[in-house]
Amino acid sequence: MTIPPPHTSAPPPSPRVVWDADQIGRAITRMAHQILESCGGADELILLGIPTRGVLLAQRLSAAMRAAEGAEVAVGELDITMYRDDLRHQPTRAVGRTLIPRPIDDQIVVLVDDVLHSGRTIASAIDALRDLGRPRIVQLAVLVDRGQRQLPIQPDHVGRFLPTSQGEWINLRMAEIDGFDAATIVTTGEV
Amino acid sequence: MRHLLSAADLTGEQIGSILNTAEEMHQLQGRAIKKLPTLRGRTVVNMFFEDSTRTRTSFEMAGKWMSADTINVAAKGSSVSKGESMRDTMLTLDAMGVDCFVIRHPSSGAVAQAAGWVRAHVVNAGDGTHEHPTQALLDAFAIRRHFRQLGTEGWVGKKIAIVGDLLHSRVVRSNVLLQRTLGSEVILVAPPTLLPTGVEEWGCQVTHDLDSVLAEVDVVMMLRVQRERMQGGFFPSAREYTEFYGLTPERLNRLKDGAAICHPGPMNRGLEISSAAADASRSLILDQVTAGVSVRMSVLYHLLGGDDSQGATR
Amino acid sequence: MTDLLITAATLAAGTRGDLGISGGRFVDVGQLTRPQRIDADGLRALPGLVDSHTHLREPGREDAETVATGTLAAARGGYTAVHAMANNSPVTDTAEAADYLHELASRTASAEVIVVGSVTKGLAGEELAELGLMNASTAGVTMFSDDGRCVMDSLMMRRALTYVRTFGGVIAQHSQDSRLAGPGACCHESEISGRLGLPGWPAVAESVIVARDVQIAEMCQSRLHVCHVSTAESVDVLRWAKARGIQVTAEVTPHHLYLATAEVESYDTTFKVNPPLRTDEHIEAITEALADGTIDMVGTDHAPHASEDKDHPFDVALPGMLGLEQSLAVVMERLLNTGRLDWPTLVQRMSIAPATLSGSRRQGRPIAIGEPANLVLVDPSARAVVDRDASASRSRNNPYHGRDLPDPVVATIWAGRITHQR
Repeated sequence: MTIPPPHTSAPPPSPRVVWDADQIGRAITRMAHQILESCGGADELILLGIPTRGVLLAQRLSAAMRAAEGAEVAVGELDITMYRDDLRHQPTRAVGRTLIPRPIDDQIVVLVDDVLHSGRTIASAIDALRDLGRPRIVQLAVLVDRGQRQLPIQPDHVGRFLPTSQGEWINLRMAEIDGFDAATIVTTGEV
Repeated sequence: MRHLLSAADLTGEQIGSILNTAEEMHQLQGRAIKKLPTLRGRTVVNMFFEDSTRTRTSFEMAGKWMSADTINVAAKGSSVSKGESMRDTMLTLDAMGVDCFVIRHPSSGAVAQAAGWVRAHVVNAGDGTHEHPTQALLDAFAIRRHFRQLGTEGWVGKKIAIVGDLLHSRVVRSNVLLQRTLGSEVILVAPPTLLPTGVEEWGCQVTHDLDSVLAEVDVVMMLRVQRERMQGGFFPSAREYTEFYGLTPERLNRLKDGAAICHPGPMNRGLEISSAAADASRSLILDQVTAGVSVRMSVLYHLLGGDDSQGATR
Repeated sequence: MTDLLITAATLAAGTRGDLGISGGRFVDVGQLTRPQRIDADGLRALPGLVDSHTHLREPGREDAETVATGTLAAARGGYTAVHAMANNSPVTDTAEAADYLHELASRTASAEVIVVGSVTKGLAGEELAELGLMNASTAGVTMFSDDGRCVMDSLMMRRALTYVRTFGGVIAQHSQDSRLAGPGACCHESEISGRLGLPGWPAVAESVIVARDVQIAEMCQSRLHVCHVSTAESVDVLRWAKARGIQVTAEVTPHHLYLATAEVESYDTTFKVNPPLRTDEHIEAITEALADGTIDMVGTDHAPHASEDKDHPFDVALPGMLGLEQSLAVVMERLLNTGRLDWPTLVQRMSIAPATLSGSRRQGRPIAIGEPANLVLVDPSARAVVDRDASASRSRNNPYHGRDLPDPVVATIWAGRITHQR
């Protein structure tokens, strides 16, 4: 998910690559192992990606699980637009797709997103899940945790902790969309 | 989007966005908990100056499933003799802090007039014999789903015949505008007495001969014909109407493979549509009703789901 | 009453000179006593305009207009007389009602009020009103009209025309066959009405009645006046009737000359009027007819309505629009400034013909010594953007609001008294 800089008049960003494709690939493999281990296998597991890059990441995690242990893990998509707490502060947003591979009641749902920041997206996702059913356990997997939480939410599985300061933004690129994998830090100057 | 008054106001892109969002809303109907928090704290007033249980209920469910506070007002039709003008009625409710009015009115243009008076968003739920844009959107939604199930995508080249009392129909005006924006071809079929003046300038094929077009259309949309029209001299008898313009079992058999049947309801079974046609597997009539709630949720989301500062400071 | 000396005025025919007014008449300037001077250099002095068709709304709807406010609007528009239509509450259908209005006008009006009686009792179209008694009253009614409604019954029309012939009266008909349209008809039937879903009046709903009435008038050897002609077909019928020598006159409103049916696309009820605004072909036909005299005169059909009667859906709102203040401006814009009409003919259409309609001896007279001093001073070049809130009318249903139009009327003098001056 590209997080837009808050001010359009900010000086041109100066991207700095902090994490390359190999490192990202290794992190995903490690996270896949961790998730399977903590969930006791693939049977009750559902990975729900949050569009857009969270879905790609969920698919990669699923592929990594298949490669590592031959496990077939269901992947779905959970759009949280309708559950956002900031709808009134922006022009009307396009609604994404929600695709639940099977009923989530009594399952272990792992929410997957690319970058964890304020925690608001995840809070909305938990609200959305509640309307879809009652999972036995809900966990959170993110590729990057950049800190600066605004809500009491912590990830269960993290690719990497990349603390940022105010005025810095994490830009995660994924090959499916961007042509290459990389995490860059974008500095927008004073915010 | 500030108001939805006419299907002519919508670009192809906006129609696509409304229909796509409606697809997401459609999933909700299969869920145990039919509720989204999206419009929490928003007040939607359904102002029906004319009875319509079906449209009002559809809008009410759409609002409630999106967590808006919906209020139904059965307003009296406007009359110059009653003292309170329609403008007063609208301004009074607007002053209470309504976010959106959904208005049905027996007079053409009344909803557009109301939109000019109030601060809130306005959705046209049918004005006189003018327009009914959410009906056209839900028709498009049901038709698109039908095309997709047949494995085809897109509207260009699709032929849609609209048959019946076009003169008194708000559904036809919105459908012509919407379908033409989408790129499909609309064929209008009616007895000469039930065609609006100037219909030849709408850019559609117009014919009095249903049988001549029946075999080539992808969708046949039958419109309700009110039996009172016979007194107005619009056609001689129900028997004659059915003979020339009814979707009879014989005509049903002449439809091409995959062609769908629509009807905005309520139906006059035996007059403009036979039970065989209404209940056929190719009939989308109940799908249209189901689509109504999803499409109206999507419309409410498009009007109320974002930053409202533009509307409030107008 | 102060004597008036109007200097350097140009008359309709082009001659230039000073005009003296004393005791309500034009006099030789040498006879004036300490006159008030009005410099009319560059201005046209025309006989006071006469409106063949005005709704003053008093008695009954004094919130929309009164005799005082309506005639003040008339004075602002250059009028020194108006024909006050009968559709008041109570309807002007008795001698008492006619005299009430006549007396009211003598106290409050800023222009002469020529009382028009109704043709049928209560405008109901069923029984003749007291035509003879109204004629014999102080008001001396000679013109009768159910305007607002058409006298639909052919036999009633025949009787009325026959009856008024004895005293040289005239029946002014609102020509509209209500059976050719649905009950909610509220605009011109055209591609626009079809698209807007508004029930329309077909153009022929007017001309079929005109065709019927001119033939009844011919049979009865009586006088017919056709109110607010709005269609090309009506013009054709009028040409035919006049060529046959039928005693028929006709009027056209300024709004039918200037505004087209496309105005209703906004559903702005200001533009709801009956007969409805038409298409360009009709506008051209009636403009040409006014220029060539097939249509004899301009009648404003000034129809004030309170906002609570207009703030309704289009098919429900009351029909009618203001006209007195902008009438001359519109005729100048559409006909004079385009060379289709000269000043003397304009005077014929807006003063002489409507005065003759009801047989007035005071109005529509030449500007000459000994004649009643009814006068309007006109600046041919002044223009202004119309502001409905600047109107003298009590109502605001002014269709010209926001439009740039001639602003000609500098002063209006009625019977030697200044009724308007800017």
